[in-house]
Amino acid sequence: MDDFVYLKNVVTLELNQEKCNGCGMCLKVCPHEVFGLKGGRAHILNRDNCMECGACSLNCPMQAIFVKSGVGCAAGILNGILNNTEPSCGCSGNQSACC
Amino acid sequence: MTTFKNPEKAHSPYILDFVPTPAGEVPRVTGKLKLRDVLGTFMVRWSVNRDNYRVSPGLYAIGDPTDSSDVFVTANYKLSFDHLRKSIDGLNAWILVLDTSGINVWCAAGKGTFGTKELVNRIRMCRLEDVISHRRIIVPQLGAVGISAYQVRDRTTPAATATLTAGSAGSTKPLKLSFNGLKVSGGFNVVFGPVKAEDIKAFIRNNYHATREMRRVTFTFSERARLIPVDFVYGKYKLLIAFALFFVLSGLTRKGVSFQLALEEGPYAVLNILMAYVAGIVITPMALPYLPGRSFAFKGFVSGTVAFVLTLLINFPGLNFPEMFAWFLIMCSISSFTAMNFTGSSTYTSLSGVKKEMKVAIPIQLISTIAGLVFFIIGRLF
Ligand code: SF4
Ligand code: SF4
Repeated sequence: MDDFVYLKNVVTLELNQEKCNGCGMCLKVCPHEVFGLKGGRAHILNRDNCMECGACSLNCPMQAIFVKSGVGCAAGILNGILNNTEPSCGCSGNQSACC
Repeated sequence: MTTFKNPEKAHSPYILDFVPTPAGEVPRVTGKLKLRDVLGTFMVRWSVNRDNYRVSPGLYAIGDPTDSSDVFVTANYKLSFDHLRKSIDGLNAWILVLDTSGINVWCAAGKGTFGTKELVNRIRMCRLEDVISHRRIIVPQLGAVGISAYQVRDRTTPAATATLTAGSAGSTKPLKLSFNGLKVSGGFNVVFGPVKAEDIKAFIRNNYHATREMRRVTFTFSERARLIPVDFVYGKYKLLIAFALFFVLSGLTRKGVSFQLALEEGPYAVLNILMAYVAGIVITPMALPYLPGRSFAFKGFVSGTVAFVLTLLINFPGLNFPEMFAWFLIMCSISSFTAMNFTGSSTYTSLSGVKKEMKVAIPIQLISTIAGLVFFIIGRLF
């Protein structure tokens, strides 16, 4: 069981299909298979799988994707609240993930 | 970049020798990990000497690379670097190490240090265009959080370089260069490789195409287990404070604090807290798919309840009711809170999701901790 789904209907991901040229970059960079490609346009397949990493919007050459990206890390959010800044991870280098 | 002196080599046992290139000498590294590397990895996982585990940024060679060999990009965190060289052992390739201040690829990409700007700068500083004749560089897919392939291409095309130089020299008009009849190589082409370095060879065999499996981030049992040591050590000071507090509270009687009683009952309190901590930080990640609910705080609450029931069975026949209730509240809060912190290590939680979960969970955890303390004191004074 490696397929985890987090909370439903929370992510900020938005795709503007009008702008999409169907290059498929978002499919390549997304680590959770959120996008699909049909008829030369990308569409959102598994919205709740999105972890808001921002790779898709950073790599979309048409600026067709918006997501408020950040790290889903409770310690980082707490730090942010306590220091009155944006959420920031105090990570100093774990192996496969953050914080 | 390429001015590696011999003293450096003495400190970097992975450097074999130096390869001459048109851009100067480049250190050649071995793809075999030595006992020292493996020991180092073990220590880093347990947070020993973690901050100094870095590799000098720059270009490295592995095997006998030529100007048509592949270029792999990684972070200057020693573990990322070790992982890559082990995975491409036997290939002839170049390794471009970005300066991420000793942070792994994913984390650094999230912070932007493993990013477009650093990659573009590093390509220039290492004069990569002089070392290789092609323009393809392979970046681990998770680096896409910080590196934009199309921006790298734009910013490394010769015209872009010329415009930049002209702009910084104070000229208002961007300088237009025409390359009449000259064949100019284009910008660097970032190809996103597999998520895991161990898939690189399969990725190459598959014609530099990452399959569906190679692109997906998993969170398997062993991946979760590997993260536990770091998390476990992370909360050690808070844990010690909690131990001390409950040691003193255990000695509470109606006549004041009895040291004798603290010595007798303190260890049980310490054990309970430790159990709750382990429930949150070890059991929750291990049993993640089997615990009910989607939020980590709730999963932690469930494993905290299990831990509470266990301690009840083991060592508390003599607890009065307020004390029992107090331990339930306190243990579940600890477990729930520490489990929630594991969102930072997970590979699928979103910022919006964690925020939502915290909004609900933090007030509950706070209130039940305070209520737990009150009940505990009431129980002691009974
Ligand atoms: S990266 Fe952008 S343009 Fe390309 S397929 Fe995805 S949404 Fe469309
Ligand atoms: S933000 Fe990350 S996880 Fe979400 S769709 Fe984009 S690439 Fe996929």
